[in-house]
Amino acid sequence: MKPIERPGRWLIILPPLLFLLIFFLIPFVFAFKISFADTAARVPPFTDILSTTPDHHLQFSLSLGNYQYLFTDEVYGVAYLYSLKTAFFSTLICLVLGYPMAYAIARASKSTQNILLLIIILPFWTSFLLRVYALEGIIRDNGILNTVLLHLGLIHEPLRIMRTTLAVYLGIIYSYLPFMVLPLFATLEKLDRSLLEAASDLGSPPWRVFLDVTLPLSIPGIIAGSLLVFIPAVGEFVIPSLLGGPDSLMIGRVLWDEFFGNHDWPVASAVAIAFLFLLAGPIAIYQYYNVKQLEA
Amino acid sequence: MERRFSPTLLTILCLGITVLYLPILVLIAFSFNASPLVNVWGGFSTAWYFQLLHNRQLLQAALLSLEVAVTASTAAVVLGTMAAIALVRFARFRGRLLLTGMVNAPLVMPEIITGITQLLLFVSMLQMFGWPHRGFTTIVLSHVAFCSAYVTITVQSRLQTADRSLEEAAMDLGSGPARAFLEITLPILMPAILSSWLLSFTLSLDDLVISSFVSGPGASTLPMVIYSKVKLGVSPDVNALASLIICAVGACVISAGYFMRRADQRRALEMQMAER
Repeated sequence: MKPIERPGRWLIILPPLLFLLIFFLIPFVFAFKISFADTAARVPPFTDILSTTPDHHLQFSLSLGNYQYLFTDEVYGVAYLYSLKTAFFSTLICLVLGYPMAYAIARASKSTQNILLLIIILPFWTSFLLRVYALEGIIRDNGILNTVLLHLGLIHEPLRIMRTTLAVYLGIIYSYLPFMVLPLFATLEKLDRSLLEAASDLGSPPWRVFLDVTLPLSIPGIIAGSLLVFIPAVGEFVIPSLLGGPDSLMIGRVLWDEFFGNHDWPVASAVAIAFLFLLAGPIAIYQYYNVKQLEA
Repeated sequence: MERRFSPTLLTILCLGITVLYLPILVLIAFSFNASPLVNVWGGFSTAWYFQLLHNRQLLQAALLSLEVAVTASTAAVVLGTMAAIALVRFARFRGRLLLTGMVNAPLVMPEIITGITQLLLFVSMLQMFGWPHRGFTTIVLSHVAFCSAYVTITVQSRLQTADRSLEEAAMDLGSGPARAFLEITLPILMPAILSSWLLSFTLSLDDLVISSFVSGPGASTLPMVIYSKVKLGVSPDVNALASLIICAVGACVISAGYFMRRADQRRALEMQMAER
């Protein structure tokens, strides 16, 4: 067929390209620049890197102090590690819980499948903030869980879950489970059935078929789902802020406090940039798999 | 292939679904609690719902959030669809890799980073050009950025599976490419476009972190107000508000899904008839 003529093409390409360039990519350049500035008591609260002195000389002041500060104040290192650890174990639990769910949905009949998928997707559409808030109603000291357990006589005093690390884990698993199930389902559903049948015809017991055929073939789904949970979970703010205790110091919370509490924009920028470098690897892997899947 | 569920599999599936839904159901049940105490059932009451009508702060925030969501999702649908067309239909162009990266990155980028970087952009822009002032405009701009990414992904997958033969037939019959696209392909894309509008709308309506960074004094969206109330503890009128939002969004999503499936089925039927 005749390709659409060149000038017409740019009318379609340029608007989204420019918009995302200006409002998504260039902001990182500004954050990078400001992470080298110093805090100043003015609006906006940081110094210029390039400025002209009164005698019209260009002045260039670059401060590495903010990055040095990240290494000297141990709160940042602790928060980074805590965030990585929390996100890693939550992702693992989501995978253990989500894989059988996705597997069951992929094996259901077509009509059941549609209903089950809707059930899994629906929470994704309802407010994240409100779902985290709803979870609080279950796990707080006088919440449903404790009330039921006390009534049953299983415990004699309320379990303390709110404001602990356990609450943060529960919050992340509860909020991000659909992100794990959906990509897993997508790969499991596309699985070539004839391979499974061939394996069992050749005498493999079901668990061997699963380990030798299903599991290796579903690795792209495992990677996509895990990254979709892990990356946002590392930067999570709402969950540790509403459910966690003072020791649930995730990097998102540190950033928020640095910004709104201390008004230290340059340090906050440096935290954000350092954080981004830390996530660059996982994000690149995610992009790689995504592009490969779309081109396929 | 056998359609047998093992009991373990079924148990985990049911457990997972319970985990996803129990908190929401409990929340809705307690929004009808007459007692202001969160752990005591004091009988059925709709008082908290009526109290919402008198809360000016909440109503104002809800109005701002709705305005932002409608504006942002409409703009995001236009930009996102354009990006999807560019990525699927134009095989090679300069900036293709850049565009692919920029529509996929917002899906995994932690909101807090997006929020902080966008705020720094807006502040620097205001210094340089005197625009934009923080508030409605900046919230909409940043929402368009992440919503258009979701739109592109949704429309892109639909466009990839769309049958091109009809469009080619129309062009063989003398339609220009633009007209063939508008009359043949756009209707096929419509379900994807509508559902991505709805998705953008709910994402924008729900956003707390990015809005908190880029908004200015006086411009508080609904999630910002809810967050500050929730931070202080559980309150019964937030239960009522949350139930309303969850039910409204749920009803919209289910009915939209139903109508889109019907439209799809009708289209498939028409295609079959035409082929005979």
